[in-house]
Amino acid sequence: MLQNRPCGGRYGDIIQSIGNTPIVECKKLSPKPGVRLWAKLESHNPTGSVKDRVARSLIEDAEEKGAIAPGQTILEPTSGNTGISLGMICKLKGYPLKVVMPDNVTPERTQLLSMWGAEIVYSEGSKGSNGAVEMALELAAADSRYYMPYQYGNEANPLAHYNGTALEILEELDQDVSAFVAGLGTGGTLMGNGRRLKEVLGDTVKIVAAEPMQGEPVQGLRSLDDGFIPPIIDLSLLDRKIFVTNSDAIVWTRRLLGEEGIFAGVSSGAIARVAARIAGELDEGNVVFVVADDGWRYLSSGVYTRPLDEIENLESTLWW
Amino acid sequence: MPKIKIPPVLRPSVGGEREVDATGDSVREVLRGLVAAHPATESQLFGEDGELNRYVNVYLGDEDVRVLDGLDTAVGATDTIVILPAMAGG
Repeated sequence: MLQNRPCGGRYGDIIQSIGNTPIVECKKLSPKPGVRLWAKLESHNPTGSVKDRVARSLIEDAEEKGAIAPGQTILEPTSGNTGISLGMICKLKGYPLKVVMPDNVTPERTQLLSMWGAEIVYSEGSKGSNGAVEMALELAAADSRYYMPYQYGNEANPLAHYNGTALEILEELDQDVSAFVAGLGTGGTLMGNGRRLKEVLGDTVKIVAAEPMQGEPVQGLRSLDDGFIPPIIDLSLLDRKIFVTNSDAIVWTRRLLGEEGIFAGVSSGAIARVAARIAGELDEGNVVFVVADDGWRYLSSGVYTRPLDEIENLESTLWW
Repeated sequence: MPKIKIPPVLRPSVGGEREVDATGDSVREVLRGLVAAHPATESQLFGEDGELNRYVNVYLGDEDVRVLDGLDTAVGATDTIVILPAMAGG
């Protein structure tokens, strides 16, 4: 049961404090006065990203099923945020953590993972997250001592949203939601929120995916068969699926900062861009979009301060 | 005339071009036209059942056609079709 306490709640430990994030209206970014644009600030989670919900769900699910032994090493492919969230949770629970991460993510991700004591294995950046998944699966197959939660194929991922994020949104907006917009990475946010919102609101709510158009240097596949679609994704749950270029994502990340005061990561800019477009197609209603992470882990890239054409490695960085 | 943007992985099969002209009123016709002009693309784009390869994403402008009308999605004369490999995040 949610309680809207003015102090934000009282929790037994930091893991319990995950979730119950605020929604903030973005009046300047909304294209129409009758359509209200709401940012769900998942950046307010303890490690600064939505993945805190997922990591907690993955580990607690494994513990409930007896799938991990005390002190067992957790292994997981990640573009960074899931690893960081797992880092915090595993540190507190006493599980060593090994993550496989592409080598073209921003350096802050490495620092944050190291801070939590995670061992990092880098995969080829040119293969993006596909490469990290491939390498992690090989490592897990070769050594049965690891437990791999596998966020890409584990229902505990979308369930974190089905039982958490979506209920918060419905409660806070009195079940009045016209569209929900989120980033498509593993698919967990869209599937979990989408399923719950459609169950409660039917087709009156539109579930919209914003996805990254990965720069050409990151599309390092030998053939299209090297592509990867996370098993948890069910496209039939989506009403729209729209890609956003890195440049547009950064422009809108700056708009979130400059016009709404929201300091968010690059995927949030992309999501906001799509959310504003969807809002423009409506006459009225509430459009909720997910701010998936905070901007601290992108600071060194210059996305908040340098001219767009001076940002290094714009197309070869894995931004989300 | 519609255009098709070709991802790096497919460019060797179309003579190295980043963008090619297309004909057709639907995504199906446009892609079949591409295959007719560049047969090496067929096995990468389509499965043996004639449906789009699972790991290929095709966009009308910036919208994934699988979430529109699939291969029957209508294509206008000034539209751009973008082919991209499926890349996950996380």
